[in-house]
Amino acid sequence: MAEREAGVAREVVVEAAGQEQPEAERLQIVAYCCQYCAYAAADLAGQLRMQYPPEVKIVHLPCSGKLDQLLALHALEAGADGVMVIGCLPGDCHFLRGNINAARRVEGLQQLLAEIGLEPERAQMFNLSAAMAAAFVEATQTMVDEITALGPSPLRRNGLMQKEEDHDNRGA
Amino acid sequence: MIIAERKSLEEIKGLVGEAEKVLVVGCGTCVTVCFAGGAREAAITAASLRMASRLDSGPAGEPAGNGKAVRDVTVQRQCEWEYLDEIAEDVKAADVVLSLGCGIGVQAMVEHFPEAWVVPGLNTSFLGLPTEQGVWAERCAACGDCILGLTGGICPIARCSKSLLNGPCGGSENGHCEIDPGVDCAWQLIYDRLNSMNRLEVLLELQPPKNWRTARDGGPRKIVREDLRLSEEEV
Amino acid sequence: MSIGIEGNGMLAGSKLERMLRAGHFAVTAELGPPQSADGDVIREKAALLRDCCDAANITDNQTAIVRMSSIGAGTIVVQEGLEPVIQMTCRDRNRLAIQSDLLGAHALGMRNLLCLTGDHQSFGNHPNAKNVFDIDSLQLVQIVAEMRDDCIFQCGDSFKGANPRFFIGAAAAPFADPLDFRPYRLAKKVRAGANFIQTQLVYDVPAFARYMEKVRELGAHKEAYILAGVGPLKSPGMARYMKNNVPGILVPDEIIERMTVAGAPWAGKSTKEMSAEEKRERSAAWKEEGIQICIELIEELREIEGVAGVHIMAIEWEEAVRPIVEGAGLYPRPTLGESAAGHHPESRPDSGAAPAQG
Repeated sequence: MAEREAGVAREVVVEAAGQEQPEAERLQIVAYCCQYCAYAAADLAGQLRMQYPPEVKIVHLPCSGKLDQLLALHALEAGADGVMVIGCLPGDCHFLRGNINAARRVEGLQQLLAEIGLEPERAQMFNLSAAMAAAFVEATQTMVDEITALGPSPLRRNGLMQKEEDHDNRGA
Repeated sequence: MIIAERKSLEEIKGLVGEAEKVLVVGCGTCVTVCFAGGAREAAITAASLRMASRLDSGPAGEPAGNGKAVRDVTVQRQCEWEYLDEIAEDVKAADVVLSLGCGIGVQAMVEHFPEAWVVPGLNTSFLGLPTEQGVWAERCAACGDCILGLTGGICPIARCSKSLLNGPCGGSENGHCEIDPGVDCAWQLIYDRLNSMNRLEVLLELQPPKNWRTARDGGPRKIVREDLRLSEEEV
Repeated sequence: MSIGIEGNGMLAGSKLERMLRAGHFAVTAELGPPQSADGDVIREKAALLRDCCDAANITDNQTAIVRMSSIGAGTIVVQEGLEPVIQMTCRDRNRLAIQSDLLGAHALGMRNLLCLTGDHQSFGNHPNAKNVFDIDSLQLVQIVAEMRDDCIFQCGDSFKGANPRFFIGAAAAPFADPLDFRPYRLAKKVRAGANFIQTQLVYDVPAFARYMEKVRELGAHKEAYILAGVGPLKSPGMARYMKNNVPGILVPDEIIERMTVAGAPWAGKSTKEMSAEEKRERSAAWKEEGIQICIELIEELREIEGVAGVHIMAIEWEEAVRPIVEGAGLYPRPTLGESAAGHHPESRPDSGAAPAQG
């Protein structure tokens, strides 16, 4: 699959039996990235012209500990194929314990997914530091590979992920 | 406070059954504090039920169906009519109400909304407190005749596995109850406390058999405070 | 609480009571009822125990496992000419059932009762059962004493007609926690009305002697007969298990060592390598040593002031009781009417005081 540079427009044509694969049908992975490490590493990757998979969409958090399970759960309910939480290395969280809390929440989320009937591996946590641009790229690639193996989320509607505004938690 | 735990999603799905429109009702008091049925838990339960019902409806290989319409709402306390009035319309619109209140909350909903079919999403367990973050332990058996003044403030009815009044039994070992090393021997705690306060002579008195009439054994209980009741005009 | 001694000076007139009051070193044993409705099991065990003890305890759903009831089995035991000590726990019955059962037990000829709290039902085969514990063992002692001596039920109603006359016993756990409180708890049971005490298994005689010193300071040995609990070990594994897993049982290393040494001839082989014959032989050697240790314990315990007898708990091994009793010089059991130093709790055998009343 062709990879794109971060920040460049995402219309991509994948040569697969001559068919165009629209953006919405490609795997969608949400990466919740903490400001001080993960987002900084992603930024650095961009500056170094390193490429990470376009399937991964970054959501910028002040700290991975800001992650609410509901946030990730709603993304998965809307049809996201996977969610990643990327925080600082153990012991290095800018807010001291945020990444520890995030790790426990991701574990809890995995158990929730298993109960619901989704593969727990669709939610995963990664840790790295601001300087580790290559590790960031590797993490995103790892996630894409694993989700590819699992296949698109069974919760996609007509093969598509719902946009945030279509998803109303007060009705189906 | 009342300590409860959420039932498994499996059990909840069974209780909700075939109903299409489900209202999950959280409670903002005890079950919020023990992380079983507050607003967050209600939202998570609603999302879980929506997702699971979509995954379950399609046979293997087919895409997930539409699933159930599950909404969530949370009231300050499910056991008081005034708070329930606020959600009357939501309740009416649902086929089934999944209450994440304690057993009292579930029953209050049924009494206040007799046309609604309400199922419990929690197992109400005991009256207790958080001994540390994430750990809750039983403290009170609501026996209706408090004897904490005799035992230095440690309840043998709730905390002794055999509710002994003249404990300890022979199964007390290293301060733990014979049934589980994770359970304190209440009588060791009582002994240590009374000893530290030089009040051990209390333990030498034979406590007579308990009057269980004031406890649940005597039948469902009720308290009426005439000084607080409203007259017909006031109601 | 009135003592209620009848004309013949007895509270219940049971053989156990008369044996103790006559000043003899008493022997009680234990009879485990079957997990079935088979009365013949009781008859067989009664036959083994009949002439080597003064009375035999019949356990009551021990470790919360359903077995034939103590009173039911007790009826058969009475018929077989052995005197039972029926046991009653507070785990399974409320105060109505307890008083009711005791009226019946008396009518059926039982005269000794051991009042127990009872193991929690989570130990047994019905862990989902409802917990009763309406009363505890001390309250039970008091209730039975008042039924016997004052002809009143727990609710305060008096009754006419035959009163249930039991020789009332309670259990003591000398080495359970809190350790310092245990002598006081024994004294509390005696004050509640216990006439005799049977202790938990004793393997550590010096520790028991220290406990008895405290008990004597409280004077409890003068108001109730204390029988020390003993039991033959079947294997070193059993000794270790009791030491490590059962609350309130102290097993000195010397005893574990003796049991291990008894198996020395087979020490070179692991259990898997042994033939069935060898395993039988080793087991027999262990059992022989276990019985010998038990005999020695009895002889040592007899020397402790305040110990009025022994309670032999040969769990599911009733055959061991006779060799133990014989080896300790306690067989045959004295016939009542034989002269013995008078021994009432208020007087000591060596004090030259008057013999027991009656």
